[in-house]
Amino acid sequence: MTATATATTLTTTTPTSLATASKQGSLNSRLSSSQTARRYEPKPSGKPDPTAHLSAEQVEALARELDELRQQVFDSRGKRDADYIRTVIKWQRGLEMGSRAVLLFSLFPPAWVLGTAGLSIAKILENMELGHNIMHGQWDWMRDPKIHSQAWEWDHASPSELWKRSHNELHHTFTNVLGRDDDLGYGIMRVDEDQEWRPAYLAQPLVNFLNACFFEYGIAAYDMDLGKRLREKTTDDPRFRVDLRNTLRKIRRQMTKDYLVHPLLSGPSFFPTLAANAVANLVRNVWTHSVIMCGHFPEGVETFATESIDGETRGEWYLRQMIGSANIGGSRLLHTMTGNLSHQIEHHLFPDMPSSRYIEIAPRIREICRRYGLSYTTGSLPRQVFSAWKQVVKLSVPNGFAGLASLRRWSTGRVQAAPA
Amino acid sequence: MTTSPATPVRARSIADRLLHAIATPLVPDDYLDLIAPLRSGADLRGRVVAVHPETADATTVVIKPGRSWRGHVPGQYVRLGVDIDGVRHWRAYSVTSPHRSGDGHVSITVKAIPDGRVSNHIARHLRPGTLLHLDHPAGDFVLNGHRGPTLFVTAGSGITPVMGILRNHLRELDDVVLVHSAPAPDDVIFGAQLRSWQEAGSLRLIERHTDSDGILTPDELDSLVPDWQRREAWLCGPTAMLDAFEDHYAAAGLAERLHTERFRPTVITAGEGGTVSFVRSGTKTEVDGATPLLDAGESAGVLMPSGCRMGICFGCVVPLREGAVRDLRTGDLTTATPEDDIRIQTCISAAAGHCDIEI
Repeated sequence: MTATATATTLTTTTPTSLATASKQGSLNSRLSSSQTARRYEPKPSGKPDPTAHLSAEQVEALARELDELRQQVFDSRGKRDADYIRTVIKWQRGLEMGSRAVLLFSLFPPAWVLGTAGLSIAKILENMELGHNIMHGQWDWMRDPKIHSQAWEWDHASPSELWKRSHNELHHTFTNVLGRDDDLGYGIMRVDEDQEWRPAYLAQPLVNFLNACFFEYGIAAYDMDLGKRLREKTTDDPRFRVDLRNTLRKIRRQMTKDYLVHPLLSGPSFFPTLAANAVANLVRNVWTHSVIMCGHFPEGVETFATESIDGETRGEWYLRQMIGSANIGGSRLLHTMTGNLSHQIEHHLFPDMPSSRYIEIAPRIREICRRYGLSYTTGSLPRQVFSAWKQVVKLSVPNGFAGLASLRRWSTGRVQAAPA
Repeated sequence: MTTSPATPVRARSIADRLLHAIATPLVPDDYLDLIAPLRSGADLRGRVVAVHPETADATTVVIKPGRSWRGHVPGQYVRLGVDIDGVRHWRAYSVTSPHRSGDGHVSITVKAIPDGRVSNHIARHLRPGTLLHLDHPAGDFVLNGHRGPTLFVTAGSGITPVMGILRNHLRELDDVVLVHSAPAPDDVIFGAQLRSWQEAGSLRLIERHTDSDGILTPDELDSLVPDWQRREAWLCGPTAMLDAFEDHYAAAGLAERLHTERFRPTVITAGEGGTVSFVRSGTKTEVDGATPLLDAGESAGVLMPSGCRMGICFGCVVPLREGAVRDLRTGDLTTATPEDDIRIQTCISAAAGHCDIEI
């Protein structure tokens, strides 16, 4: 794949940040699995440490075991895997172009339904099994310059360069660390009781619904830190200007394609095709939002105090990924349509492992979790979506809220951040 | 009309822009590649038409190149990208087919070398129908219009570029001597063809069987080819042989008469640590085998792209032009020669020998 969006972002370390980079040298602590002691940074809620039962030796053994498992899979990558991703690419592109061809006649209702369904599926596959996973570097090992994390551009409002920075670097490194991982509610929602409550969160069920409908734009705004820039009035920052320009250019291209070029090609079917594209984008947005929400928001998923990760070892990082993520159980089709993010726990342990292998290692990860006494959160898609939405609604009000009386008490300042 | 020549260009660019607008975020080629990978204008590829053995360990591969193929000059080589176990490997091989074969096919001849991943794959597993990646032919091991007395000295698979030349130009050359070395008569690649040329009097063939007669040394030229000094010479074989003959020609003051082709795998010996060159910034630094190249680069003042610093985000990936690195997590070794297109994560890679990094 050759990117049309040649994003010019400032991804290299600038001279001023060189100094901070060396200070962050402690991040390299995750390259080591040697564990000499256990420690726990308590959270405001005072919840107990879910890994308190593990000794330093056990955490080190866990790291070694997971490293070995990773190595086994990586050593066995081969033609079967390469064929898999190329097949998905072929089918996705065929489905997209086929659906768009059918939509040329979208004036006829059956063509509209068929084309819209096909395009929705093609867009979902493109974002999840292809875009997300290829940009994670899962297929870089093939040395195919077109199926490479540095070359891939996706059907999404956020340019790949920007998304990789906020997703691969920040979210995957700082998964569920309060104040470090902004994916935890995307900075606009409260999804954990250890996040401080603000009155604005009362609207979060609505905010979450809107975010689901316009998810790709939400992600784009989030990837360039739009909310924070506006709040802190730092929109004249040169890096932000570059990000903004690249994002707007990407959005312009995406919109021109979906809402102008393809409708125009459809001639008399202009408006039905436009509607088909809008619906396909909506379906894709709601689907990806639901799947991603299931990854970290459902009940049973742990969060971590800001300071807990200083000097974190490889084993501690693995631990955090396992109990900070949740899976979705279901059929092979469901796994493919979620880009195998239904195996969120496996993905978070090994973000650069080919997605098609997660299903293979899932039973072993589950067994490891059981053996080390760690939670392995999973459930059907409806159950997990419901659970995540329940959290969104429940946490829109302060902890320990039991009705309007509490709200009144809060407004008079008598109750603040009650413990769970 | 002055505007008429511009119109087609403009029309094409509008059509082109439309196609790009339809395909974004991909490019039209991404779709066309699925249907017609060999079409004109596509990245150069070729389809394997036939694979047949030449000797016990040499194999000829006949390839139908894509329509962008510009043709080759006999004696040149072509870079070939082969997917083995899902991983793409690039190697250069001499083109051995006649220039104007009629069917537009080109062939290469590959000798399987011990532990040679690509050559063994080609010899044992490559099947007709396979799509290969190609680069345009290159190399200056060509006759370049020469027609006078000629000497070819080859050894082993060193015969391949010379075979490319002979198949195309033998008729135009009326005084050719070929001294070819191989372990035994059966090991001579293209042996039957060479011997029939010898019988027909098209060239004088001197076969040297090194198992029984030992390795050819330049001093033997005087007895084997007494008039070697008046011949323009083309030489292809192992490095030691090339070095010896180059010295010999230089000593005789005939260096400009000698044309050589060096096909040798760049041997990367892996060790612990080494000198790391950041090629574009012109910085060099000595690094031990435990320091991530990212840290090494930053300490040396190079503006390195960086990210998670633990090997998961792929934000620090840069091309390793040449050298060897070791994965600090697994101990896995990655070696790169300029032929390969190898990119590495600097945050989890340490130097395992000298490294040239493209940044």
